[in-house]
Amino acid sequence: MRYLIPLAVFVFMVIFLGIGLTLDPREVPSPLIGKPTPAFSLPEVSRPDETFTQERFKGQVSLVNVWASWCVSCRQEHATLVALSRQAIVPIYGLNYKDERDAALKWLNGLGNPYVASAFDAEGRTGIEWGVYGVPETFVVDRKGTIRYKHTGPVTPEALEKNILPLIKQLQAEPV
Amino acid sequence: MKGLMLFLFLMIPYGVKAVEIREFPSPDQQTRYERLIDDLRCLVCQNQSLADSDADLARDLRDEVYQIIKSGKSEEEVIRFLTDRYGDFVLYRPPLKPMTVLLWGGPFLLLTGALVFLVSHARRRAVTTVSALSETEKSRLTQLGLDQPDSRP
Repeated sequence: MRYLIPLAVFVFMVIFLGIGLTLDPREVPSPLIGKPTPAFSLPEVSRPDETFTQERFKGQVSLVNVWASWCVSCRQEHATLVALSRQAIVPIYGLNYKDERDAALKWLNGLGNPYVASAFDAEGRTGIEWGVYGVPETFVVDRKGTIRYKHTGPVTPEALEKNILPLIKQLQAEPV
Repeated sequence: MKGLMLFLFLMIPYGVKAVEIREFPSPDQQTRYERLIDDLRCLVCQNQSLADSDADLARDLRDEVYQIIKSGKSEEEVIRFLTDRYGDFVLYRPPLKPMTVLLWGGPFLLLTGALVFLVSHARRRAVTTVSALSETEKSRLTQLGLDQPDSRP
C-alpha cells in the first residue's frame, strides 16, 4: 500500500509522457480544414502573363504543394511528387513561396516539373493567407475548392499511401 | 577572473528583440503593437514570441500586425487575422473552450487534490503521534510534570 500511490503516479506520468513522445510539436492543426481555399491572384512561375487564382481548383480534386527552391526538405519530396504526377491520379498545383523566379525555373528544369502550374508568391502574402508556416506543406482540395487535409513537411511515399491517396480516392468518388 | 565576470556580464542579452523600428501615428498604437507581438507565438521558433523571433515568417507576421494596427483596427482584429490562418496555436493564452477546460482547470484540480491529500495526511499523522506515546515517554512526561494539560508551567 505504501508504494502503491507513488507507483500509480509514476505509471500515470509514464503513460502521458509516452503519448507526448508520439506527438509532433511541429504539426500545428490548420483552422483552414473544411474551409474554402483562400482567395489569391498571382502570376504563374513559368508563364508570368497568366493569372492563377483559387478558381483553378474548382471542378476536380487537386493537390496543392507549397514549395521553394531554397527549401531543403522540398528537394527531399520532389521525386515523390514527380512520380505521383506521372501516375496522373490527381493534378498537382504548386505555390512557389518567397522564391526568386530564376531560381524556381532552374529548379523545375533541373529536377522535373510535377506541377500543372505553380503560382508565384514572391512576397509570401498568399502563403500567410493559407496559414503556411514551414515549407513544404501540401493541401488536398476537393472539387468544390474546399481544403480537406493538410500535410506539413515533405511528402513521403508512406504519407501518400497511408493518408493522402486514400483521401483523394474517397473525394474523387464523392458525387458531384 | 574579473575579466571573465565582465565578459559573462556583457553576454546577458538585455531584453534584446529582433524588432524593426516602426512608426505609428499615435503612441497608443505603438503600445498595442508591442503588447501584441510580445503575446503572439511564432510558428517557426515555437518557444519564441513574434517579437523575439528572427524567423522570416515572424518578420512577415510582424509586418501584417503593424499594417492592421496602423490602419486603426483593434487588437481583436489582429488576433482574429492570425487565428483564422494559424489557429489558437499562435496565442500564448489559449481561449477557454471545451478542448482547453482541462488546461485551464487542471492546476486548480491539482491544487485541490494536493490540499485534500495534505489535510487528510496531517490528520492521520496527528492521530498516530498521540496514540504512539510509549510507556517510557509517559513516565518521562509525569516526571516533568507535563502529563496534565493544565499543569504546564
